[in-house]
Amino acid sequence: MSEVLIPGFMPTEDLFPIFVNAMFTKNFLLIMFLGLCSYVGLTTNSDTSKGMSMAVTFVMTMSAILTWPIYHYLLSPASIIGKDLTFLRTICFILIIASFVQLVEFIIRKFSPPLYKSLGIYLPLIATNCAVLGVVLMNIQEGYTYGASIICAFAAGLGYSWVMLATAAVREKLIMRNVDLFSGFIGAFFAATMVALIVVSYFSVVKL
Amino acid sequence: MSLLPPAIAVLGALGLAMAAMLVWASKAFHVESDPLVDALMELMPGANCGACGFPGCADFAEHVVAGDVSPEGCTSCDAETFEMIGELLGMDISTSDPLYPVILCQGGTNCKDRYDYIGADTCRAAILLAGTRKACSYGCIGLGDCVRACMFDAIEIADNGLPKIKKYNCKGCGACVTACPQQVLTIAKEHGPVYVVCASHDKPKYVKEVCEFGCIGCGICKKNCPEGAIKLVQKVAVIDQEKCTQCGTCIDVCPRDAIVKL
Repeated sequence: MSEVLIPGFMPTEDLFPIFVNAMFTKNFLLIMFLGLCSYVGLTTNSDTSKGMSMAVTFVMTMSAILTWPIYHYLLSPASIIGKDLTFLRTICFILIIASFVQLVEFIIRKFSPPLYKSLGIYLPLIATNCAVLGVVLMNIQEGYTYGASIICAFAAGLGYSWVMLATAAVREKLIMRNVDLFSGFIGAFFAATMVALIVVSYFSVVKL
Repeated sequence: MSLLPPAIAVLGALGLAMAAMLVWASKAFHVESDPLVDALMELMPGANCGACGFPGCADFAEHVVAGDVSPEGCTSCDAETFEMIGELLGMDISTSDPLYPVILCQGGTNCKDRYDYIGADTCRAAILLAGTRKACSYGCIGLGDCVRACMFDAIEIADNGLPKIKKYNCKGCGACVTACPQQVLTIAKEHGPVYVVCASHDKPKYVKEVCEFGCIGCGICKKNCPEGAIKLVQKVAVIDQEKCTQCGTCIDVCPRDAIVKL
């Protein structure tokens, strides 16, 4: 059995490609197709997509901060337990993310009712969002250091945000035209196609 | 099998830790919510239709309990619900005559078509094409934007090409009125009011030609109204609902049967 080591805390990787990868070239919505339910459901107007983007960015970053130590100090073969418990990672991460989201909801509700009103309804949606689970699993898979995994999660959140806002802008315009053809899911996929085409064609020309 | 005990231990410990944290958090960050608001929410229909002017039922309930607005503002509640709400809040709620939408057009199949419309199946798309498919560009197009806007399944397009209100389902929220691009829908009380059910501002001769029931602005109703409640606005008779005593004289004298009492 090859020796497994715990990656260090301070990032040793080149952070810029990680950032741009997570935000554009490996965009969670348009390239990886994760988190599509919130994408289709909430991009009908820019206010809700703004709230959802903020919540997702926050939760992604926080779950990267929380899950990395759990994985490397409890589950990985190099951990203090010394057993290969990596098969538990999905259920452990879900447990941690869901409890964390619940905790944040409590705290926001107590201390900032206005923020709860604008953000609170989206938080429970995120507990089961595959994009959040996707980013923490990707961090583990790539063997990132602690610092790099946080940067990657934050960039993934930003990537999610800009796609949400761009699509909401397109969809809002389509809905304003008052043509039913573009108001439902057809409109969502139409807008998604346009935004995805921009991203894919741009980054197939600009090589990182 | 040697993995089983540590796996159970780790997952169990994590689960217990998270549960303990949440139990603590729910106590530490507990927010008092008014039990009266919750009880009121239970009674209300919870349709979040927005007819009251608030974003949702929860918001409305909060304002009702705070005393800012009267519970009568909810158009979706029926008389029975109002009674229960009145009991809950300890106030007497006089239930007003229920409101229903009225279609101010008798066109439909009575009005000639100018062309066969093939396109997006909505009124909003249809009015973009040279007025409308109907010869009367003011009337109901009958493609059912109001049907789609209705949250309670209370409107259908009847055989005569006009929307028909299913009063049993209708809550009077007015979503159909907002959705109608021709603005031939309005909200009125169920019994009493008299309406000129035509919106056409076309020339009398043209109206006579294309529609069986259109108002031609002859002014006979205006001359015969004992209250002086009828005016002619751009070739269409309009009834001032405040002056109208619902005597029905205009209904009898109208040569075009364009006035009805609801």
